[in-house]
Amino acid sequence: MSFIEARDLVKTYTPRGAPVVRALDGLSLSVPRGTVTALLGPNGAGKTTTVKVLTTLVTADSGTATIDGIDVAADGGDIRRIIGVSGQYAAVDENLTGFENLDMVGRLYHLGAKASRARAKELIELFDLTEAQNRPVKGFSGGMRRRIDLAGALVTDPQVLFLDEPTTGLDPRSRIGMWDIITRLVAGGTTVLLTTQYLEEADQLADDIAVIDHGKVIAQGTSDELKSSIGGQRIELTLVSEDDTPAATEILRAVASSEPEVSTDRRTIAVNVAHGPAALRAVLADVEERSIRLHDAGMQRPSLDDVFLQLTGHAATIDDESEKAS
Amino acid sequence: MTTTTSSIRPVATRPASVGSWFSDGWITTRRNLIKIRRVPDILVFTTLQPIMFVLLFSYVYAGSINIPGSSYTEFIMAGIFAQTVVFGSTYSGSAMAQDLKEGIIDRFRTLPMSPSAVLIGRTNGDLLINAISMIVMIATGLIVGWRIKSSPLEAIAAIALLLLFAYAFSWVMAFIGMSVRSPEVINNVSFLVLFPLTFISNAFVPSGNLPTPLRIFAEYNPVSALVQAARELFGNVPPGAPVGDTWLQQNPIPTVLVGIVALLVVFVPLSIWKFGRVSAR
Repeated sequence: MSFIEARDLVKTYTPRGAPVVRALDGLSLSVPRGTVTALLGPNGAGKTTTVKVLTTLVTADSGTATIDGIDVAADGGDIRRIIGVSGQYAAVDENLTGFENLDMVGRLYHLGAKASRARAKELIELFDLTEAQNRPVKGFSGGMRRRIDLAGALVTDPQVLFLDEPTTGLDPRSRIGMWDIITRLVAGGTTVLLTTQYLEEADQLADDIAVIDHGKVIAQGTSDELKSSIGGQRIELTLVSEDDTPAATEILRAVASSEPEVSTDRRTIAVNVAHGPAALRAVLADVEERSIRLHDAGMQRPSLDDVFLQLTGHAATIDDESEKAS
Repeated sequence: MTTTTSSIRPVATRPASVGSWFSDGWITTRRNLIKIRRVPDILVFTTLQPIMFVLLFSYVYAGSINIPGSSYTEFIMAGIFAQTVVFGSTYSGSAMAQDLKEGIIDRFRTLPMSPSAVLIGRTNGDLLINAISMIVMIATGLIVGWRIKSSPLEAIAAIALLLLFAYAFSWVMAFIGMSVRSPEVINNVSFLVLFPLTFISNAFVPSGNLPTPLRIFAEYNPVSALVQAARELFGNVPPGAPVGDTWLQQNPIPTVLVGIVALLVVFVPLSIWKFGRVSAR
């Protein structure tokens, strides 16, 4: 059994005056010890609800979840001793200083006054928060608050760290700073489950990506596995003249695993292929033989965007409106 | 994947116990004390408002409202005490709603702490604010001519009764705060509910002077019982003004004591239960 194991989680909400929302609809997930797994999905896919069930904030209607063999629903107290959680919004007390926030968390973990103070000092050094140490959090930037919040999740050096959209709403510089911190933690061997709606973030940070949509995990694997799961690579030709389009389309169709896609100006044609390098060589030979002039010829691996589109039938970042309509 | 040793030193946590319950309660109380110190608005409002009420009522209305056998200032002090501490307990409602909204409750709920500690800290915060208000009001009252006409023990009992009632009411407000989830709504609703509740009572005029429907309401109003109990214990019951003939008005001290116990018995467990289920949305 994996370190974190969720089986068939179902959670429904009934918002006032609205139909029942199935936030989790039979979600299953496995996270091996010492790995970083990203839950990737659009807004409303069930990422936050999954984290809430696993961190004892919300009880699932049905299904089971365990961390290190401990049942999340039955033994919440034991779970809370081994987890660290940093939420979507920095949950820090604005009126307390950075130090007071961390010290308070340490004391609530029952570390004792002395150890709590020492740990708070240590984390302030580690997270480069000296500026926030003795001033109330109120008035600090979003990035700084997130760092304090994340430091709060690490007060006891938890066995597993949950990060719910750790960089949502941060400016690019703070985002990269946050990625740095997470990368350092991971090097230390902490098991991390993070949620994100950014493909790039999942690609950067995670060993394993679970794609989640409508309350279910619809695919799980490494970034490479997910990319190859939707069929090898993609070959794209850009022609000098659209007179050559029919001939070039024929050439591509011969190696393709998908119907050729022709751009609106009829000069760019793309197909998916099973074995990229061989197919590209064959295509270029045929093009040469028939004297078709090219602006550009290229091969690329599918992006996580393509994966997402293929798996869900919609793009990764969709707004709330279309989510409600679907 | 193998587990490597963390770069961050592991720290042992102790399991929860009765001792940790006290310590958790103290830590969250301290958090609220720091807030009172850092956000002076609360303290300023808490001290200025009762001063203003004492002065307004005893100077603006004193000439127009005749209380047989007593001065108006002496009559209304118990009313102002009751009104102020009841309003003082509403902080628990807006503060819980605010903490919920900001995800601070989620943070607390993922810690291995006692689930009641946050509520204990919060209601203790209200208790402290109310105690400060009481001191300020008593001092202001004494300056404008209010006198305690009972024994010191009875006066202490009056203060304790007022604070205890407000403390129990804080638990009600905490529950409402977690249910309604919006600090703004809490503030507006408590204003809309508590103003009539404190005014349609015997706090500022003898209930016998009210039109019949309001008089009936006033005589069953729990705030009236609290005011009457405080008035009795401070020795401020005007000899000339009749007390309502309901059991609640005739026996205000037992009424308030039963009310305090009932509120605590219902809302302490209910609030703790609610706390174990709420999460930011």
